[in-house]
Amino acid sequence: MTDETPPDETQKIDEERDALLADLSEGLNEILIESHLRPHEDLWIRVDKNHWQDAAQIAKSMGFAYFGFISAIDWQLAPEGRYEDTEFDGGLDEEEDPVEPDNSTGYAGGETRFQLLMQLYSLERQLGLVVKADLGDDMTVDSVREVFPGADWHERETHEMFGISFAGHPTLQPLYLPTEFEGHPLRKDFPLLARQVKPWPGVVDIEEIPEHLEAQLEAEVMAAFEANGGAS
Amino acid sequence: MTATSDREQMAYVSAQAADARVNVELDTGDMTLNIGPQHPATHGTLRIACQLDGEQVVVAEPIMGYMHRGYEKLCEVRTYPQCTTLINRIDWLGSFANEVPFILAAERLMEVEAPPRAQWIRTILFELSRIANLALFLGDMGVQIGALTPVFFAFRDRERVLNQIEEVTGGRFHPNFDRIGGLKDDLPKGWIEETHAVMIKMRTFCDEMEDLLVGNEIFQARCRGVGVIPSDVALGYGLSGANLRASGVDWDLRRDANPGLAWNEVDWKVWTHPDGDSFARYWVRLQETREATRIVDQLLGGIPSGPIMAKVPRIIKVPAGEAYLSTENPLGEMGYYVVSKGDLGPFRVKIRTPSFNNISVVPWVMKGVYVPDVITILGSLYFILGDIDR
Repeated sequence: MTDETPPDETQKIDEERDALLADLSEGLNEILIESHLRPHEDLWIRVDKNHWQDAAQIAKSMGFAYFGFISAIDWQLAPEGRYEDTEFDGGLDEEEDPVEPDNSTGYAGGETRFQLLMQLYSLERQLGLVVKADLGDDMTVDSVREVFPGADWHERETHEMFGISFAGHPTLQPLYLPTEFEGHPLRKDFPLLARQVKPWPGVVDIEEIPEHLEAQLEAEVMAAFEANGGAS
Repeated sequence: MTATSDREQMAYVSAQAADARVNVELDTGDMTLNIGPQHPATHGTLRIACQLDGEQVVVAEPIMGYMHRGYEKLCEVRTYPQCTTLINRIDWLGSFANEVPFILAAERLMEVEAPPRAQWIRTILFELSRIANLALFLGDMGVQIGALTPVFFAFRDRERVLNQIEEVTGGRFHPNFDRIGGLKDDLPKGWIEETHAVMIKMRTFCDEMEDLLVGNEIFQARCRGVGVIPSDVALGYGLSGANLRASGVDWDLRRDANPGLAWNEVDWKVWTHPDGDSFARYWVRLQETREATRIVDQLLGGIPSGPIMAKVPRIIKVPAGEAYLSTENPLGEMGYYVVSKGDLGPFRVKIRTPSFNNISVVPWVMKGVYVPDVITILGSLYFILGDIDR
């Protein structure tokens, strides 16, 4: 569902990002698997994991000299549910149909559970770029710290938070967590202990407005908007 | 020359042997010096494990995690409006500025745009938190190298800015004032005039700092040429904000990638410095503080009328999608990569904080510097621990 462009966006043309995408597909060639463009917002590309370092190198040679960050996404749905199955879970949507679990994997697609994420910026074009790569079962990818020295700590963080290994990185020691810590906290199946001990009272953070007041409130809000020229 | 007696000769030889023994026994190898975790230069609890050869640093390795609160994980189990409470506490000296990129990212996914009045007030509060944040740096840098007076001036004058923020938001440090679609409240009566007066005071403060520190010979001797970061290294490490501009890179997200706030409505300048040393970083921040007061003054004069909230549903559900949005925060580029699955809360939030990248250059820049310069460099890179550890 995410790869469909909403109808009103098809009219918007983003020449700068179109040109950038054309250049990138030429430069990256078969390394580029898929791309997604949101006009005037951002550009996503998905590259072959085996050429992760090459992709970084090519992007850098094309002007993307500024290193933003490296991280990962775990696309698996949390087994305990979003609110860790508290007694309040779903309290807001009682009347609605149960929502289908959304197994989509974001812009520029993806086939695996873990996806790498790298954000770069080009000062010449003044455009940002998000590079993604699917990770296979071996959970290993080449380190890009030779290309962007700043990736060093980001890779260490990604390693301890997701358990992704970066080949060629000399010091993959934990950055934040104690050395004896077990598990990878940002994985979706890593339980949040505080939630398991005590249900989260903040699931329902908006009190229901009584029915007899709802229409009145709505009218007041609309009147205020129209008084101000109706601009939203 | 008189012939020395056997006894004297023996005494000489044994003294030589003792010296030699001492030389062997004294360990002249590397020494480890821990700077922090509790050190005024660390703005929180950061430990720098320095390996020293005499007075020179061989390896400097920052060790953090003393303040890791796991905000990325916590954001995944909260609703969007609840996330801003956490996000306030990342860079606690410029809290309002933290909220803005996250709210803007959510607004982009929802395709909602805040009305112009809200955008202007947001920009004003953003710049006020920049002034409050950088004012503390301007004074604190003096403390790092032994000048005690500036920090008292800084605390005194920062209070005026915090009072203005408090008057609007109700919070001195953690306003939690930004909402998806606008702001919580409008400006109170008489606030605009008061803020104008405070901005004049802050400009005086900047002049004072210029007199006290920038023109000071000792300050210059301690800062000039210390901790030089060339622009290509700065870019590769992802340094941002004043640290990058002090290396001569003319890049400011406020001007170059304005996400819809009111910065391009007013006339202001991006300051850069070609040197890339500690002095340049101080100087750029000083100019930026002064420029921010001018931005605020101009914005105050032209706040458009209209509502401060766009029409958004009471229960906020953000449509599925991904957005990366970053703004030029007091410390540098702060961005949020928000992944939504159409739920009440985000599926994943990656918080890209400026201090994390800014401080990752420490092992590179501290190679071979002298111990007193370690503090100068740490102070001039300017980081907030909450901003590193999240």
